[in-house]
Amino acid sequence: MPKVKIPRKSTVVDMTAMCDVAFLLLTFFMLTSNFTNKEAAVIHAPSSISEIKIPERNIMLVLVDANGKLFFGIDGQENRMTLLEKMGELYNINFNQNELKEFSLVNSFGIPISQMKSFLALKPEERDNPVFAPGIPCDSLDNQLKNWVSLTRSISKEYRIAIKADQATPYPTIKKLMGTLQGLSENRYNLITTLETSADLDNKQ
Amino acid sequence: MAEIAQNHRKGPKRRRTKKLSTRVDFTPMVDLGFLLITFFMLATTLNKPQTMEIALPSKEKSEKDEQTTIKASRAITILLGKNNAVYYYEGTRENDVDPVLVKTNFSPAGLRTFLVKRNYEVMSKIRELRIEKEKKKFSDEEFDKKLTAIKKDKNAPIVLIKATDESVYRNLIDALDEMAICNIDRYAIDDIAPFDLDLIEKMNAEKKNQNGIQ
Repeated sequence: MPKVKIPRKSTVVDMTAMCDVAFLLLTFFMLTSNFTNKEAAVIHAPSSISEIKIPERNIMLVLVDANGKLFFGIDGQENRMTLLEKMGELYNINFNQNELKEFSLVNSFGIPISQMKSFLALKPEERDNPVFAPGIPCDSLDNQLKNWVSLTRSISKEYRIAIKADQATPYPTIKKLMGTLQGLSENRYNLITTLETSADLDNKQ
Repeated sequence: MAEIAQNHRKGPKRRRTKKLSTRVDFTPMVDLGFLLITFFMLATTLNKPQTMEIALPSKEKSEKDEQTTIKASRAITILLGKNNAVYYYEGTRENDVDPVLVKTNFSPAGLRTFLVKRNYEVMSKIRELRIEKEKKKFSDEEFDKKLTAIKKDKNAPIVLIKATDESVYRNLIDALDEMAICNIDRYAIDDIAPFDLDLIEKMNAEKKNQNGIQ
């Protein structure tokens, strides 16, 4: 039998189409997504059926972790600097230009104002250590959270308060926080939740 | 890996300048594209977090509000207790007669069934309205107007949510969720009264007694 000659085909594939697809996807992701902001604490927000999305800008975020520690952060780097300056004036602490700049890069923090200077002197990687997150004091003797919120409000009226609390946070902490905000006549705020899944429903039963 | 030029014609006769292929190898570019996609997928979030908007009465206002008492027939009090327990009672304490406390949970068969039953009129009206809207009988604005009108029903329940110190944040959110599900327009988060705590304690004590007898 004569040998059937199979014609040799080139193994080269045209990559142009694949390249197109890759960059199309890339463009899509760049346009639709926003960067995850690193938060000072790991918080598992409770699930809810609410589907309102949080506005992107002008948010003051109050974080409450499962142990009841409070964290605070605002967006807008310029405003952050002004805020720290004002807070420093209030507590008679002078922050230099470097510290203000460092602070403008901090998304959220949970440190009393007295330790803020040493906190800002740390490298960003070192700040994750729980030692440097004792929580912002918020009791009747020393209510720093109240000052943070009211000073932010004095910078811009646009800011909305968002509370992100862990689902296991004991209620007294929430009550304290709500009481503080109520004392400032801040009566409207957003509670951050995650979308409810069927697994959450099962947990309730 | 560069592409191997295919059409080599080894002709000794014509000695022209070599024709370079115009094709460019796109493989590295595809690699780069996918690398960037991977980076973006890992570094960003697609979904923004959900929020629940809440408005509490201001301090001065709430003091005033306490004077205006709500009709007992409309009042429902929900108590959030230890270990995700929920209690509710209807009405208020009148003439030192304790209202009947019921223990339930956050499952659809629990608190929701009760609230739906109490708010049945409003809910069915809203359902009808939604059906009408789907038939496009009126505009969105009109729909909103009608919706608020229905929610302001004079016999719709008014819910007080009171959380004990043993409850957790999730319970509060779940309770607020139930308000949204059951279309309850008027609700408030209130501090727990000693009387409410007594009710829970009495109930738990009774249960213990019953278990003891059995």
